[in-house]
Amino acid sequence: MIAELTHRCPLQCPYCSNPLDLLKAADEKPTDFWAALITEAAQLGVLQIHFSGGEPTARRDLPALIAHATALGIYTNLITSAVLLDEAKLGELARAGLAHVQISIQGANAESADRIGNYRNGHEKKLAIARLVPALGMSLTINAVVHRQNLHELPEMIELAASLGADRLEIAHVQYHGWALRNRAALMPTREALRQADAVVAEQREKRRGSMAIDYVIPDYYADTPKICMGGWGQKLLIVAPDGRVLPCHAAETIPHLAFQHAGAHPLREIWETGPAFTAFRGTGWMREPCASCAFKELDFGGCRCQALALSGDARATDPACHRAPDHENLQHIAADEAGSGITSFHYRRYAHS
Amino acid sequence: MNGAISAQTIPALRRGIRRHYDATREQNVLLCPERVILLDDIGNSIIELCDGERSIAAISLALAERYAEDPAQVEADVTSFVQELSDKGLVTV
Ligand code: SF4
Ligand code: SF4
Repeated sequence: MIAELTHRCPLQCPYCSNPLDLLKAADEKPTDFWAALITEAAQLGVLQIHFSGGEPTARRDLPALIAHATALGIYTNLITSAVLLDEAKLGELARAGLAHVQISIQGANAESADRIGNYRNGHEKKLAIARLVPALGMSLTINAVVHRQNLHELPEMIELAASLGADRLEIAHVQYHGWALRNRAALMPTREALRQADAVVAEQREKRRGSMAIDYVIPDYYADTPKICMGGWGQKLLIVAPDGRVLPCHAAETIPHLAFQHAGAHPLREIWETGPAFTAFRGTGWMREPCASCAFKELDFGGCRCQALALSGDARATDPACHRAPDHENLQHIAADEAGSGITSFHYRRYAHS
Repeated sequence: MNGAISAQTIPALRRGIRRHYDATREQNVLLCPERVILLDDIGNSIIELCDGERSIAAISLALAERYAEDPAQVEADVTSFVQELSDKGLVTV
């Protein structure tokens, strides 16, 4: 379960997967709501909670929620930019039982990273916090989101993660949802840069085996087969938005006519098992051709629904990342055109009126 | 550091990795960042003994006695299991 406690975030990453229409502090749910939800999740058999956002450490009740989840035997992950943390706050989270801290970096050096996150001195702050995580007995993941404007820094980013004592490095090409879709032309890498990055990752994975695990998320626009989105729609993961709506995927709100239920208003089990949003694309019954008669349909479940909608105009279409999809060639053209666009300016992630 | 494992290796669960009994599924699991690994009884017993004090040889001997199995065979199984967990970054050696 992913608990998006808030959409507030001091950074303004142009590839953020949050929706363009960000929720404000006044839309957020109180501590009681989250505590009750966590209790329900434990009863449902949820083993892991990812506290995410926005920036989850912007919520003062985070230590209490972590302690509550830990007491119920749930493994807690914190997905953070780390810039709001200090040694005392991190220690408090560790004592509450936090198991794993994932810190994002926007680049390999302060100049590049602070420009991308649009936050001055953010990079240095992150590094200082990251170094403290292993000493407190928590697992450290460094998350590096890569794109055309920082992909050349990949070797240094890997070196940096290792020097921070990371147990795991997640290198993720941007997934084009939310703000990232809006900034696609400024982010899309070239095929050649991608090829070089793939080679760097393969070599470094081998070299660092046993000391730092490297996970790699490849970009859909240059793929031939789609990713299985979120482990299959409504099969492994649920996301609770800051306002308490329960979503099957980060971008699910972009799909028109999908009705989302609120936690608290309905039992979580009911939302998960029979709720309209979760049953809409669960399994294979909703599929059309070419997915419906495809041998891989139980393996990738037709890829990402939100991407199919964004690029083919229909959430039931085959994900254009698939080479069998009618729009696959179109996708490759978009990638090639935008990679060569020369655009470097970003639409930073911001509230519309503030 | 590249994780070549011998009988003298002393494995320990890496920081932030937790063994847990999941009452809903009636199953032991290993909880790790971004994933859950289901453990069978043998896997669970091995991890229980990966305490940062016992060597692979000592762990194997203890398990061979407990299950009345051939010690050489058990040691080979324990070694490959620990190697796998080390490669995944879940155990330090
Ligand atoms: S991607 Fe960037 S802007 Fe979006 S929530 Fe994460 S740190 Fe904040
Ligand atoms: S046609 Fe559909 S089910 Fe088959 S590989 Fe492509 S996306 Fe997957």
